[in-house]
Amino acid sequence: MKITLDTDKCCAAGQCVLIAPEVFDQRDEDGIVVLLDDAPPAEQHDAVREAAAICPAAAIEIQA
Amino acid sequence: MSEHGMGAPPAEAPRPIAVVGASAAGLAAAETLRRSGWDGPLVLIGDEPHLPYDRPPLSKQLLLGAWEPDRLLLRTTDQLDPLGLDLRLGTRATGLDAATRTLTLVDGVGIPPLEQGRERGSLACAGVIIATGVTARTLPGAEHLAGVHTLRTLDDALALRARLADGGRRLVIVGNGVLGCEAAAVARGLGHEVTLVGRATVPMAGTVGAEIGGLLAEEHRARSVRLRTGVVDGFETVNGFETGNGFETGNGFKTANGFETAGDRVTGVRLADGTRLPADLVLLAIGSEPAVRWLTDPSLDTVDGLRCDAYCAAAPGIYAAGDVARWDHPVHGRPLRFEHRMNATEQGMAAARNLLAELAGEGIDIPAPDRRPFAPVPYFWSDQYDIKMQAYGLTAGADRTETTVLDRDARRAVALYGRDGTATGVLAIGLPPRQVRALRAVIATPVPWEEARDRIRTATGSG
Repeated sequence: MKITLDTDKCCAAGQCVLIAPEVFDQRDEDGIVVLLDDAPPAEQHDAVREAAAICPAAAIEIQA
Repeated sequence: MSEHGMGAPPAEAPRPIAVVGASAAGLAAAETLRRSGWDGPLVLIGDEPHLPYDRPPLSKQLLLGAWEPDRLLLRTTDQLDPLGLDLRLGTRATGLDAATRTLTLVDGVGIPPLEQGRERGSLACAGVIIATGVTARTLPGAEHLAGVHTLRTLDDALALRARLADGGRRLVIVGNGVLGCEAAAVARGLGHEVTLVGRATVPMAGTVGAEIGGLLAEEHRARSVRLRTGVVDGFETVNGFETGNGFETGNGFKTANGFETAGDRVTGVRLADGTRLPADLVLLAIGSEPAVRWLTDPSLDTVDGLRCDAYCAAAPGIYAAGDVARWDHPVHGRPLRFEHRMNATEQGMAAARNLLAELAGEGIDIPAPDRRPFAPVPYFWSDQYDIKMQAYGLTAGADRTETTVLDRDARRAVALYGRDGTATGVLAIGLPPRQVRALRAVIATPVPWEEARDRIRTATGSG
């Protein structure tokens, strides 16, 4: 799994951090998403997919 | 997938699941159906000709001209292809017989190569998810007037953007809710003269209350937006015809002579108190109504959206999601309907999972967990100028609000909303993300007012 972010789209909802806190974080100054791990281990994949699906700005893209 | 081409389809061909509405909620439902194991036919019906796109940027990045329409696409065709959708864009559902789960469709244009199995008339389904969203409210006669716009669809936004791109215009925005405020901020950024007219004395009052609304009003005034409180009585046009009477009551509206003339162009907005606001452009941002008129089956309750139970089911095999759905929120204990972007996706996913669980119970061979009540923590955000507002829970309809302005100049504030002694919602402007997440945790389920207030003071260091 490979993750890419479109930080211009990010609306700082923080939903991804709630769902997959080991993979995503937010910048302190504006809440924009930060990627902690762009190729997370398999046990994180379900959470990452959920985070990508639920992101209200469609800012998270996953390559299988 | 069934065979196409020669001969009749096999009698045992599996019925499809149909998702009506191809925006965020409908797309989330379709993707979740596939991810959860539905490998039968899956029809996604959208009345707009566009691939599924995202709406929040319409009043922000798209209107500003920072983004082009392709950036709004929720998925590329490469991402849609593996879903194996029978995608019917430019197609409208015109009826649903809930008992037989049969949709009536107006034939439309499919988009190759996704086009498959198009058919006119009726579509008998294994299950249906309704995600038809809302349509923009308008005022009588406005559709005949050049220069009067609404802002709900991509085509709406592109039309308004094209007019704003001409430069140097006087824009009157009718409605000072979220959409009107966001459009005002963008139009000011583009250098237009903006007047924001609303019934409420401060912007977004119905959503966020008077104090946060007051803070927003300060920001809009600081950016030279003129704020007016009033009710629109009619438009003035280049031909001198006036329209009006009845916008408020819905009765007795008369169309002025010449109103049908193609050349009619708006030149101003008249308020009920007689005020005349000159305008080259008018944006009507006066709310929306759930797109339920096509649902005439008397077994369905369509008062203020399609009424659903806690599982998002409106009837056996019939589910709803997104702006159109009014469902029993199990935590808040009353039917709620949200026009929030986050809810569209979350509810689309929930409705899809629950539909599959129901179909599994009916003997269709799909792996499915138990049905689960849909109990999200509601969330919305709004961007205006440099202000980012985020809210969790229920902020509208509060009988009690406590607003703490942490830094007026920097527009940093937190507000708590409650009802019947219970805190139900929280809103943050300008707070760091960790604090915002802590606020969400406070309000994830309703808590006693005093407890929530103490926890919010701790979380924001404002005690």
